[in-house]
Amino acid sequence: MNPQSHRPNIWQRMHIDLPLLLGLLALMCFGLVVIYSAGGEDLALMERQLFRMGLSLFVMFVVAQINPEVLRRWAFPIYIAGVILLIGVHFFGEINKGAQRWLNLGFMEFQPSELMKLAFPITMAWYISKFPLPPKKRYLLGAGIILIIPTLLIAKQPDLGTSILVAASGIFVLFLSGMSWRIVGGFIGSVLAMLPVLWFFLMHDYQRTRVLTLIDPEKDPLGAGYHIIQSKIAIGSGGMLGKGWLDGTQSQLEFLPERHTDFIFAVIGEEFGLIGSVLLLAIFLYVIGRGLVIASQAQTSFARLLAGSITLTFFVYIFVNIGMVSGLLPVVGVPLPLISYGGTSMLTLMTGFGILMSIHTHRRFVDR
Amino acid sequence: MAPRKRITMHDHAAEASLFKRRALFTFVCVILLLGILLSNLYHLQIRSYTDYETRSNDNRIRVVPVAPSRGLIFDRHGKILAENQPFFTLELTPEKVKNIPETLARLSKIIPISADEQEDFTKSLKYHRRFKPLTLKTPLTEEQVAIFSVNQHDFPGISVVAGLKRHYPYNGLMTHALGYVGRINDKDKLRLQKEDKWKDYAGTKYIGKQGIEKFYENLLHGKPGHLEEEVNNRGRTIRTLKSVAPEPGQDIYLTLDLELQKKALELLDGRRGSVVAIDPRDGGILAMVSSPTYDPNQFVHGISSKAYGGLLNSRARPLINRATQGQYAPASTIKPHLALLGLDEKIVTPKTRVWDPGYWQIPGVERKYLDWKRWGHGWVDVNTALMGSCDTYFYDLAYKTGVDKIASFMRPFGFGERTGVDIFEESAGNMPSKDWKRMRYNQPWYIGDTISVGIGQGYWTTTPLQLANAAAIMANKGRRLVPHMLSSIKDNTSKIDSPVDEMAPIILNDQNNWDIINESMMNTAHKSRFKDAGYTAAMKTGTAQVFSVAEDEKYDAETIDEYLKDNALIIAYAPYENPEIVLAVVLENAGWGGVNAGPVARALLDEYMLRDNLEFN
Repeated sequence: MNPQSHRPNIWQRMHIDLPLLLGLLALMCFGLVVIYSAGGEDLALMERQLFRMGLSLFVMFVVAQINPEVLRRWAFPIYIAGVILLIGVHFFGEINKGAQRWLNLGFMEFQPSELMKLAFPITMAWYISKFPLPPKKRYLLGAGIILIIPTLLIAKQPDLGTSILVAASGIFVLFLSGMSWRIVGGFIGSVLAMLPVLWFFLMHDYQRTRVLTLIDPEKDPLGAGYHIIQSKIAIGSGGMLGKGWLDGTQSQLEFLPERHTDFIFAVIGEEFGLIGSVLLLAIFLYVIGRGLVIASQAQTSFARLLAGSITLTFFVYIFVNIGMVSGLLPVVGVPLPLISYGGTSMLTLMTGFGILMSIHTHRRFVDR
Repeated sequence: MAPRKRITMHDHAAEASLFKRRALFTFVCVILLLGILLSNLYHLQIRSYTDYETRSNDNRIRVVPVAPSRGLIFDRHGKILAENQPFFTLELTPEKVKNIPETLARLSKIIPISADEQEDFTKSLKYHRRFKPLTLKTPLTEEQVAIFSVNQHDFPGISVVAGLKRHYPYNGLMTHALGYVGRINDKDKLRLQKEDKWKDYAGTKYIGKQGIEKFYENLLHGKPGHLEEEVNNRGRTIRTLKSVAPEPGQDIYLTLDLELQKKALELLDGRRGSVVAIDPRDGGILAMVSSPTYDPNQFVHGISSKAYGGLLNSRARPLINRATQGQYAPASTIKPHLALLGLDEKIVTPKTRVWDPGYWQIPGVERKYLDWKRWGHGWVDVNTALMGSCDTYFYDLAYKTGVDKIASFMRPFGFGERTGVDIFEESAGNMPSKDWKRMRYNQPWYIGDTISVGIGQGYWTTTPLQLANAAAIMANKGRRLVPHMLSSIKDNTSKIDSPVDEMAPIILNDQNNWDIINESMMNTAHKSRFKDAGYTAAMKTGTAQVFSVAEDEKYDAETIDEYLKDNALIIAYAPYENPEIVLAVVLENAGWGGVNAGPVARALLDEYMLRDNLEFN
C-alpha cells in the first residue's frame, strides 16, 4: 500500500464518508422537492423538515466521531435499557392513534422502539462477533432470545412496521455472520410456519383487514381499500414522464391520503413518472451499495456485521414502503427513508449512517 | 482458560472473506427485490397507464349539466303564451358565514324569513357541504332583491342568485290547451329512462306535465350543455376546465288565437262548459276553452296540497279539459249528420214528408217517444225537420236505418275515436253499436236504444272537440283535417310551418247531399240567431238530457237540481260559402241549447268575422 493514502484527508479527519454523504444529501434534496409539492407548498412545513434534516446531519456527525469500540462495549447495557423502556411503554406509555408507543419524559415524547432499531443490531453484532464465525449452532439460542424479546414487545404496542424492521436487522446480522444455509433455510421455513399463528393469534383485526385489502382493494373502495386504490391510481396515472411537479392531481386535489408522509412515493410516481421513480431507486441502490462497501472494508467482525445490518435495514424500509404504496405489500406504517416528512425515523436512520461513517473512518491502517 | 481461548480464536481473513460473499449475495438480492418493485411500477405506469389515467380523471373531473332554456310558446299572432321569467333565490354559503343564527336574525330584519323557511334551512344545513350555497328563501320579490342588494355588504356569504322559471302570463286563460310544466317526479324519471332521454334532463328541474307543454316536450326542452369542473376529494370546485353551452329549446307558434280565446272564456263567464273553434281550411284550432279553469302558474313551483285538494275535489271539476275529455250526449247537434246519412243511403229523399203529432211510436208498440214540441211539428221534410229540430222525423229515420249503419256512417266523422289532436288528454267518446253494447254490458241491443241514438242521446257521447271536428267535416263537404294546435316551429330566424295532417275525404254516393244539409244549417242560422249577422253562417243547436225524465213526468227547469239540468249545445260555422271558422259550444246544465249556447256562438263568430273584416279594411 502506498503510505501516502494513509494520511487522512480533511473528510476522514472529520470522520465523514463523502460518497455516502453525497448520496444521503441527494435523497434529502429529492425529499424536500417532493414535500414542497405534496405538502401543498406549505413553507412552514418545509422549515420544520429542513430543521430536522439539519439536526439529523448534526447527530450523524456527532455519532461518526464515536469509535465503534465504544459502541461495542456499551451494546449490552443499552439493549437492557431499551428492553426496560419497552416494558415501561407497555405499562406507562401514551396511547396515540390506537397504539401505545410513546413514553412521556416530561420534556419530550420518546419512542423506545426507535432506540431499539439501533441498539438491537449493535447488541446482536456484539453477541455474534464474540464467537468465531460462522457461529456454532449453540450460540444461536442466545441470539434467538436477544431477538425475540424486543420484537414481541414492539409488535404488541402494536407497531408491526417497527417490529419487522427490528427483527430484520437482527436476522441480517445472523445471516451476514455466515450462518449455515441449512439454518437459514430452516429459519425461513419456521417463519413461514409461524404465519398462521401470527394471523390468528398475534395480528389485530385492523392488520388482518390491511392484508385482506391488499388482496382485493376494490372490495371496500371507500374504506380500507381507499388508500391503496388512490395510491395505485396516482402512480399509474403518472405514466412514463409524470404529470409534472406540483401538477399531480391525485396529490394536489387531496385524493391521496398521507401524501407527504408514508405515501409520498405515490406523489413521486404521479408527478415524475416512471423516470422519476427509477432515479429515486437508483440513488437508493447507490447508498445501499456504498453501505455494503463500507461494511466489507471494515476491520472487525463486529463492525462488518453492524454496518451490513444497518445498510440492509435501510433497504427494508425502502422495500416495505414502496411495496405498500404500489400495492404489493399490506399497509404497514413504514416511511420512505429520508424522503417522507417526519423527524423520528430520519434521526434514527442518520444515526445509523453516522455509525457507518464512524466504522469507515476509524479504521487503523497497519502494515502487515 | 487456555483451551477456551483457543476455541474463541478468530480467523480474521476467513471471516472477512465469508462476510464479503454474504454481502455480495445480499446485494444481488437487493437488486432482485428492487427489480420486482420496478417491474410492478412498469406494470402500473406503462402497461395500465390508460386505465389509471381514466380513473384519475374520473376522480378529479366532475361534469355539471347545464339545463337548456325552454322554448317559448306563442299564439298565431306572435303573442307570448308561455315564457321564462327570471326569479331570484337567496342563498347562503355556510363556510363563509361565521355565526349563522346571528346572521339570520339580522337578515330577517330586512327580508322576512318565515319560520318554515328557517326550519327547512336548518334541517338541510346538516346534510350540506359547507362550501356549497344553500337556498334560504325563494322566490324573492323584486323589492326584496333591491333591499338586499343595498345591504349586501353586511351579509358576506349570502347572495341573490337568478334562475329562470316558466310563467304563463294569461294565467288560467289557456290552461287546458297549453298545460303546464312542473318539477320532474319519479314517474317522469322512469319514463325518461325508458325512452333513453334521462341524460338530457340531468340539469333540468321542470318537464311538461299537461297539454302542449307535455305533447311538444321534445321540441321545447332543448339539449343540455355541461361544465367540466376540476374538484378535490371533498367535491369542492377548483376550476372550470371546459364549458359546452346548452342548446335552447325551440320556440313554437300555436294556431290558437289569443283574442278569440279571451272572448270565449269571457262569454262562458265561469259557467261549466267548453268552446272549441277550428279553422276548417287547415284544421288549426283557434280556441280551446274549458271552464272553470285554474291558474297553471301555481303548479310550476309545486302547488300546496290544500290548493290541489281544492281543485281535485271541486264539484265543477276544473282539472278536466272539457274540450277534449268532457263526454256529452251530442243531442240535436248531430241531426245534420243523421239527415245526411238518410239522404245518402236513400232512406229519405229531400221530398220525404213525415207527420209529427208530438210523439212517435215504434210500429205496433204502445210506448210513445215524445217530441220536444208537445203539440208536434205537423208535416216536416228534411229541411224543416232540421230547422225545427223535429225529434219525430229523426226517431223514424233512425228506426229505419238501424244502429250499426248509423255507427259505420258516423265513425269517419270522428265519432267514437280520438281526433289525434296534439295533446295527450283526450277521450274517444262513444259511438254505440250492437257489438259494442254486447261487449260493454253483455246485453242485446234494443230498438229503443236506436231511437235514442236518433236524437243524439242514449249511449252516444262526444267531446266538444269531436263535435267541432265533425261540423268542420260537414262544412268542408267531406274534407278531413286532423285538428291541431301546433302552427309552426321557430328555426333561427324563419318559421317552419308544421305539416297539416289530412285524411282521405268522405265521398258520398251523391256529393250534392252535402249542399242540401249545409243549406238547411244555413237556413237554421239565418232564421234565428244569425238573422241580423253581417255575414253568412250555418248552425245547429242541441239540448241534451242529463237524466231521463219518465214518460209521465214533466221536465221542470225551475225545480230540478242544477247538475241534472239539460246541457246546452251548438255547432256553427261562418261564412257559409267559404267557411273560415267552425265552432262547438257546450254549456253544462244550462238548459236550452238555442237560448243559452246560441248567444255564445253568435258573439264568438261576430268577434272573429267582424274583427277580420276590420283588418281587411
